[in-house]
Amino acid sequence: MSEATIENKGIALSDSKLGVINSDLALIQSKKGVRRLNRQIRTENTFRKMLLLMGLIMILLVIGILFTLLLESIPSLKALGLKYLWGKTWDPVQDIYGAYPFLLGTLLTSFLALIISIPFSIAIAVFLGEYYPKGWIPDFLKNTVELIAAVPSVIYGFWGLAVLVPMVRSLETTLHVDPYGVGIFTSSLILAVMIIPYAASLGRSVIQMVPSSLKEGAYALGATRWEVIRSVIIPYTKSGLFAGILLSLGRALGETMAVTMVIGNTSIIPKSIFAPGNTMASVIANEFTEADKPVYLSALIELGLVLFLVTVVINMIGKRVIRRFTNE
Amino acid sequence: MSQSVQYRIGISRIVRVITIVLAFACILPLFAILFYIIKAGITRVNWSFLVNVPKPVGEKGGGIANALLGTFLIIIVASLIAIPVGIMCGVFLSENRKSRLAYWSRLCVDILQGVPSIVIGIIAYFWLVKPLGGFSALSGSVALAIMMLPIVIRSTEETLKLLPDSLKEAAFALGMPFHRVILKVIVPCGISGILSGVMLSIARVAGETAPLLFTAFGNPYLSANITKPMQSLPLLIFNYATSPYNDWHDLAWGASVILLVFVLLLNISTKLITKRWKVQL
Repeated sequence: MSEATIENKGIALSDSKLGVINSDLALIQSKKGVRRLNRQIRTENTFRKMLLLMGLIMILLVIGILFTLLLESIPSLKALGLKYLWGKTWDPVQDIYGAYPFLLGTLLTSFLALIISIPFSIAIAVFLGEYYPKGWIPDFLKNTVELIAAVPSVIYGFWGLAVLVPMVRSLETTLHVDPYGVGIFTSSLILAVMIIPYAASLGRSVIQMVPSSLKEGAYALGATRWEVIRSVIIPYTKSGLFAGILLSLGRALGETMAVTMVIGNTSIIPKSIFAPGNTMASVIANEFTEADKPVYLSALIELGLVLFLVTVVINMIGKRVIRRFTNE
Repeated sequence: MSQSVQYRIGISRIVRVITIVLAFACILPLFAILFYIIKAGITRVNWSFLVNVPKPVGEKGGGIANALLGTFLIIIVASLIAIPVGIMCGVFLSENRKSRLAYWSRLCVDILQGVPSIVIGIIAYFWLVKPLGGFSALSGSVALAIMMLPIVIRSTEETLKLLPDSLKEAAFALGMPFHRVILKVIVPCGISGILSGVMLSIARVAGETAPLLFTAFGNPYLSANITKPMQSLPLLIFNYATSPYNDWHDLAWGASVILLVFVLLLNISTKLITKRWKVQL
């Protein structure tokens, strides 16, 4: 690049020499030109280095996050060991720390939310990808579904607290279980709504990528629309749909505020899906600023570390599946 | 395939109806939320609500001026950090598509996008709150900036990738140095995509509460000092919504309306921009 610039200058200079310009003036001009060129090359190199630095910063940021979490959870790793993750009681007053109730709470809420949301997100994906890819109604649906992801989670939590909790409470009364209202089930419902857009938008784009020759082949054999969807589209896109569901799961695992507001926040192991509980994210949100002992704080950070690692792994698998799908 | 054709067509129709019903059922919760929140909060929103600070429990009235100012300042500072870094990193990734560093950098951006917001909060606590000796709006801004980065980087990279190479080659052929080609040709050509990425990232972090819990912390008084704790809209909603007082619930409903309208407007205008300028994100 810089060579090209020098050559250009050379041409420019010889051009000016062809003219009737005094040779001294040309010399001064060329000196000035060289100086300017040097300055430009220097700026250019600094700019390239700065870009490189920015790329490097991203790597350092992620390594820094991992390192900080590891470093800060050392006290709890030392004092409690790995059995911390299986410990069944969480009682900071008596210095007993066991993360099992939170692991269970996180898994229960996330998977329940996933099960509730899958039919809806697949339906949206099929509707937008196959039945009605064009037109203003599908456009409206697509944009509205994307807005679901835009609503702040604290607002979902507040709405859940005001509307969903009383509804679940009356449901629990009719089912003759303890009517807490708050609990695993309520948070799963909220989470299910929040994660629909992720699986739906990815599902839509993979369904649109199904080659029409495949579908036409099936139609030519006499298949109905549903048979085409079931035996051509779903098998062809299943890895992509799976990736979308994984990304949804990643969101559900890390979601904090909405869950914190409606899950009830107790550290007792939930006995049923209607019981109140706590997830890893919600216990961090609730107790981080109250943690007065180093081991207590460190135990909470270890939860953050687990959360970080799990979501990183899930997102990596999801991204890899998508990449393989789009390359095929 | 032994069933009658009529039966198979019937099944196909039923499935189609079920799909349509399920697909449209999803938008019901969104409209329920919008309707409920606007109904509960719109009566609270008036001029004095916007310019007053919250009153103590038991006193009627009061507003959310401190949270509005706080949200505004925290987002401004976060943008000042995230936008230059994000755009430059996006340029780096689009200029070096094959290099090893770019591969790892891209992977890290992907990872960063998936990190739960509460973890970012913990990180900001240890990187800024502890060394600086107290909660501060600045640490909240840094946490939000970390969350904005992946979106800005991704949209910049994807936009710049779509620009034809001939554009850059023409600029180089005129003898322009690399930094001028990037700053005067490439970035201005992709500005619509970059801008929508920036707007999207602001819309996303404007409603984030979790990273602010241990960083900006909240403050019942009006404060413009970014080295001290500061209130923000999502924090105020969280704290007042979970409090047992009805006056505070009312405040939280009003704040919810404002936050919701702000975030949705930002999202919708980003959509309109991308549609108008035919940006692909």
